[in-house]
Amino acid sequence: MSVIETGGIDCDIHPAVPNLKALHPYLSDHWRDIIVQRGMHELNSIAYPTNSPLTARPDWRVEGIRPGSDLELLRRHALNPFRTSIAIANCLYGVQLLFSEDMGAGFARAVNDWMAAEWLDKEPRLRASIVVPAQNPEMAVDEINRVAPDKRFVQVLLLVMNDMPLGNRHYWPIYAAAQKHGLAVGIHAGSAYRHPVTPVGWPSYYTEDYAAQAAAFQQALSSLIVEGVFTKFPDLKVVLLESGFTWLPAHLWRLTKFWRGLRMEVPWLDRAPTEVVKANVRLTIQPCDGPPTEEMFQKLMEHMDSDELLLFSTDYPHWQFDGEDVLPAGLSRAMVRKIMIDNPRATYPRLTEMVQ
Amino acid sequence: MNVQVTSRPLPQPANQSKLATADCDIHPQRNNDKALHPYLEQRWIEHMQMFGSRPRQAYQAGPAYPKGQPNASRRDAWPPGGRPGSSLPFLREQLLDTNNCVLGILNATGDNGQSFQNREFGAAVCHAMNEWQLHEWLVPEPRLKGSIVVPYEDAEAAVAEIERYADDPHFVQVLMLSRTSEPPGQKRYWKVYEAAAAAGLPVGVHAFGFGGYPVSGAGWPSYYIEDMVGHAQSSQSFLTSMVIEGVFERVPNFRLVLIEAGFAWVPSLAWRLDKIWHRLKVETPHLKRLPSEYIHDHVWLTTQPMEEPANRAHVLDAIDWIGWDRLLFATDYPHWDYDDPAHVLPMPVAEQKKRDFFLNNAVALYGAG
Repeated sequence: MSVIETGGIDCDIHPAVPNLKALHPYLSDHWRDIIVQRGMHELNSIAYPTNSPLTARPDWRVEGIRPGSDLELLRRHALNPFRTSIAIANCLYGVQLLFSEDMGAGFARAVNDWMAAEWLDKEPRLRASIVVPAQNPEMAVDEINRVAPDKRFVQVLLLVMNDMPLGNRHYWPIYAAAQKHGLAVGIHAGSAYRHPVTPVGWPSYYTEDYAAQAAAFQQALSSLIVEGVFTKFPDLKVVLLESGFTWLPAHLWRLTKFWRGLRMEVPWLDRAPTEVVKANVRLTIQPCDGPPTEEMFQKLMEHMDSDELLLFSTDYPHWQFDGEDVLPAGLSRAMVRKIMIDNPRATYPRLTEMVQ
Repeated sequence: MNVQVTSRPLPQPANQSKLATADCDIHPQRNNDKALHPYLEQRWIEHMQMFGSRPRQAYQAGPAYPKGQPNASRRDAWPPGGRPGSSLPFLREQLLDTNNCVLGILNATGDNGQSFQNREFGAAVCHAMNEWQLHEWLVPEPRLKGSIVVPYEDAEAAVAEIERYADDPHFVQVLMLSRTSEPPGQKRYWKVYEAAAAAGLPVGVHAFGFGGYPVSGAGWPSYYIEDMVGHAQSSQSFLTSMVIEGVFERVPNFRLVLIEAGFAWVPSLAWRLDKIWHRLKVETPHLKRLPSEYIHDHVWLTTQPMEEPANRAHVLDAIDWIGWDRLLFATDYPHWDYDDPAHVLPMPVAEQKKRDFFLNNAVALYGAG
């Protein structure tokens, strides 16, 4: 394992909404009534079955407490042992999965206000991503504009699978708003389940659902690049969260080759996809679906072709690694510093601005 | 099964110094539907004329994403008066002789019955495609070997089609398309794999097809380039399903060939599956080995379209990780993204690797040569 730096920036942790009741103080009277009137269930996505081994590391599970829902445990499990200076909270409560746009917007708003009051106000090391109702980009932009003045929010959070591929112009107002406010766009594993997670239909096993996330990220990246999102928003930083990263080189080789053959179809894409990624796209380091040997890992890092792409993450409380083995073996000290400190700072301008 | 290539091409002066090659993805194409009439019952001829193919996509003819070239083909691959891939004499000269190809695997993919909404009609067209291949291509040209086109969405009909040709040495593979209508590892398809294994035939899965679902879990992309690149992701899901459902555990001697889906993504997928399975194996007690081990022992990959990194040596690392014994050279003739054997490897490699890559692996797999 590689030795971590003190003061690292953890770009993917998951504070969890313990239950719908916890959102009550942050919901309008209407939505509070609706929860009771309609007997609404928790909005927990099938992307992370509550008791699945991946959903929480065994030694991070505490009887009777929903993993990720307790600030003191977060400090004890993640912030303290990894000597983290800043951690970015990505709340995965399933508000983007709702079919009603209004309900999605109402609950997203509550999640953000809950995040500010219950986490950010209580722990100065925390920053957060703005949860938005991606069901309706106009409403998502309203939520970004509402929350963005709070500089502790450093990113807009989207799931990797929605109604349509993320590069589609339908979503561009979200990117415009993010760029305007100096927010990164974080795309996290997960789906609104509007379509099967695989191109060959609904798989039998959860194992396949989780495996398919990497393919979904590859396609989201293709979409963002070829639709011209980064041509239109050259300052935008997109961060792929819990995406895996070892697939990146092979995917870019293929995408770049086809771009050479088919660029007449997407003439606005004036640079090779490999170059677009270096300028605009970053990936978190967990899960690291790495090769079995350190020598192969070194080669893979060469294939990545840049030391600026990777951002430190623990993915707390998901079970991606054991003990303190959060970084893959074989990283130089200089590279560890890039991953843990320099790259996150360069990705999130708000991390280095004075927090109001 | 063991198949002999009964004659080899006469040495051509221009080819004498060329390495012999096997080409594991060649696309024969009929000039029009009439070419199938001799092999179809009258009722299906009438059905075809009245309703057309009706696959699970929007247009009567032509792809939903317009291709990059007419017929997705090389501009120089149009024989006089016909469509690319429709003339055996033209293909012999332009492809087989030029590349010193001693073994060419036909994958008759276009409008071949496999993805038709009407499955009974689809099965009839699959069978006609096989008869057409046999009589128009495989019997006249011994360098060419066929893939049995099977209506895999109807496993019983597919099994019947496999059994029809199981003992015919002109066919060396069972052909599926990668965009199945349900995850291909699921039980409804197992009979197809069992029949192929029983016949000693690998199952070749060619990219494309019309399963009905979008090529991404996030819906339909806008562009042909995404559809094309997406075959790699689609094939990742295909392979994941085969591994996690335990097809390689349940059907011994099963061999899978992924065709035209790229290959450099395989190591990363295998690492990812191993890691996830390590965490979640309680869900899949039918698996006895690491996902990467099943992949290594049961999966072959055709090379076209070769991935092209900026530093071209990097693709050789990917081949090292997969194994030089698992790649099968292919041109994808007559399609526009054809790979030329003279240029496909980015730099010189050891003689043995080269021979395996261009010929020996295919001969060993298909039992021909």
